[in-house]
Amino acid sequence: MFNKKECVAMLLAGGQGSRLYVLTQHMAKPAVPFGGKYRIIDFPLSNCVNSGIDTVGVLTQYQPLVLNEYLGNGQPWDLDRIHGGVHVLPPYQSALGAQWYKGTANAIYQNIPFVDRYDPEYVLILSGDHIYKMDYDKMLSFHKEKKADCTIAVLQVPMEEASRFGIMTADENGTIVDFEEKPKEPKSDLASMGVYIFSWKKLKQYLIDDENNVDSSKDFGKNIIPAMLGANEKMVAYPFEGYWKDVGTLDSLWEANMDLLNPNVPLELYDPNWKIYSRNPVMPPHYISAVANVQNSMVTEGCSVYGTVDFSVLFAGVTIEEGAVVRDSIIMPGAVIKKNSIVEYAIIGEDVVVEENVVIGERPEMIDDKSQWGIAVVGPDVTVSTGTVIKPKQMVAGNI
Amino acid sequence: MYNEKVCGIIFSNTHDNIITELTANRTLGSVPFGGRYRLIDFPLSNMVRSGISRVGVITKYNYQSLIDHLGSGREWDLSRKMGGLHILPPFGNTAHDGIYRGKLEALHGALAFLSHSNCKYVVMSDCNIISNMDYTPLVEYHIQKGADITLMYKNVNVSEEQARASTLLKVDHTGRVGEVMIAPKTEGVNNLCLDVYVVAKDLLIDLIREATAKGEFDFDRSVLQGKSDSLKIYGYSYDGFVEDIYTMQSYYQANMDLLNPEARKVLFPADRPVYTKIRDEVPVKYGIDAIAKNSLIADGCIIEGDVENCILFRGVIVKAGAKVKNSIIMQGTVIGSKCEVNHVIADKNVVFNDYRVVTGTIDYPVYLAKNSRV
Repeated sequence: MFNKKECVAMLLAGGQGSRLYVLTQHMAKPAVPFGGKYRIIDFPLSNCVNSGIDTVGVLTQYQPLVLNEYLGNGQPWDLDRIHGGVHVLPPYQSALGAQWYKGTANAIYQNIPFVDRYDPEYVLILSGDHIYKMDYDKMLSFHKEKKADCTIAVLQVPMEEASRFGIMTADENGTIVDFEEKPKEPKSDLASMGVYIFSWKKLKQYLIDDENNVDSSKDFGKNIIPAMLGANEKMVAYPFEGYWKDVGTLDSLWEANMDLLNPNVPLELYDPNWKIYSRNPVMPPHYISAVANVQNSMVTEGCSVYGTVDFSVLFAGVTIEEGAVVRDSIIMPGAVIKKNSIVEYAIIGEDVVVEENVVIGERPEMIDDKSQWGIAVVGPDVTVSTGTVIKPKQMVAGNI
Repeated sequence: MYNEKVCGIIFSNTHDNIITELTANRTLGSVPFGGRYRLIDFPLSNMVRSGISRVGVITKYNYQSLIDHLGSGREWDLSRKMGGLHILPPFGNTAHDGIYRGKLEALHGALAFLSHSNCKYVVMSDCNIISNMDYTPLVEYHIQKGADITLMYKNVNVSEEQARASTLLKVDHTGRVGEVMIAPKTEGVNNLCLDVYVVAKDLLIDLIREATAKGEFDFDRSVLQGKSDSLKIYGYSYDGFVEDIYTMQSYYQANMDLLNPEARKVLFPADRPVYTKIRDEVPVKYGIDAIAKNSLIADGCIIEGDVENCILFRGVIVKAGAKVKNSIIMQGTVIGSKCEVNHVIADKNVVFNDYRVVTGTIDYPVYLAKNSRV
């Protein structure tokens, strides 16, 4: 028998992330590169370790290859433990048959035996598509202090954006009285961050009941939370202050990367007490040549810069050749931008080769019809041949 | 594969006396190099890439930083059940305790490591030579020649200063080593011994025991010179890229040579990585007025001023208006605003207060010790 763990984290990493289009064609969203040397999943995983949670189940389903390889035995996050640690949990075949994860709640339901092995009092449910730094231990203390059955982390959002989120209405004690998933007319500006703490015994019962309900879509936001609210369980909102961003769309992924360059955005990666861990590439320091211009940007190991880089994030092993200009863009690991090519307001995928004299994207002020403007995207492993023009908003999935 | 039968020994302390400033608190092996490395990373990575998975690191003194750097050896893929990394402290053997005087005496402390290993050959290396090489052809050559000991050398132009800190070899047309010149007074084109040796394990153990019995301790003098007739000592010529650290000036130059793309290409090829300790640093952030030219910059730095012809180690901060040129700035050093720093080697965690001016010359860089305040 395993030793008891007070709290086990379950990280939902099986979603396709279809709104990232070409970037998630061959990898699950949590594996998408972010911030120069990270992948999205580094944030919730590092938060867990920094919060003292050493047992994390990562639920995978869609394109898990890159993610599995990246996680390995969890060592980069200090999650290679004798007892606990990180465990990748794909759907599996059982005596009753085999089934995919049918929803977020069903994914946890199918892994009840995993959670039970640690006999936890609490379960922390996380998702793998948000960039934020959060001390889950404080939230757990709050949950215990309030003697809650369920605590949902909430963030104040501008009222006009509230209809994009799960919206809570809470009374003066923080007790949740109403919850609506993406309401057309939001009653409050408290948005769910997709971070839940449940008392495990309680959640387990609701998961079993939900599984038996044929009408349920087996989803936390749509089924479990409303069912618990309806049964008058003690549900509280835990107010979070700080940076939090959903990076589920191309625009928000680009924006979150740009936020790293903005000194006014409160996402401090340099905090030695709250490091974000990642599987580090084995590469030499980056080189900035005598003819390069690099400003307002993030550059990491293995890069060679001979051109101009401004307001951009360069990931590991990127090469920017002489005369090339990269502005307001994110260039993912291993990509090469050859001579005299111009990349503006773009996301360039892993290992892309942009040949010479290519133009990708454009600044918004250069376009009169703003509806025609957007981030240009080149998918992973694409070769963009000499002289090609890729327009704003255009997305390229194959060699062009 | 014979690779299973080769183990490695690295001498972390030999040549400590050549750059005494940098080795005041560390071994030569743990001297920082090239922005994110320590000198030992090069021979250690070479061994790992050559399939050597059992490596002993011989230490003498000041080895705390080395142990901190190497840890369990995981970053070099040497945290293993079979083989792996073994740090061999100088007080590890009751028969011969204490600070050794030479390699043979040091190896006495490694006898247990050697006899417990099932390897047939031992590759030994010092830490003063920086290279990205494969030891496989060296071992193959050793076997093919039926040699007792094979030394790696490079035919290269050697300065008088360099010769004084090195061993030079005369090698005949069959590859047999004739004269072994230790710290000779000479200059010009010579066979520079790269302090990488191959020897059969059993022979090495015999040589160590014999030396202990006779009270000998110097490998080069007692074995390479003393036994040049009774042992078949061969030389293996390496014609790839090496940097030799033999003075503070050569240390400075070897770092600066990394600004040359050709040097980086041969030292850090993508398919032959150089492993080092991971520190989970953030990518480098360039500020609004940052100017960086011809520099090698490791993660964790924040650049708001001017940096030109520099090697910046991890976590260096260059504040707005500071001008840093032709310098090697080690981990965690902070350069205040409006400072002017030229031809400087700043060790770890140096603080330059605002408006400080520190200037050395190209042939005499100013060295600032670890934790100094300017």
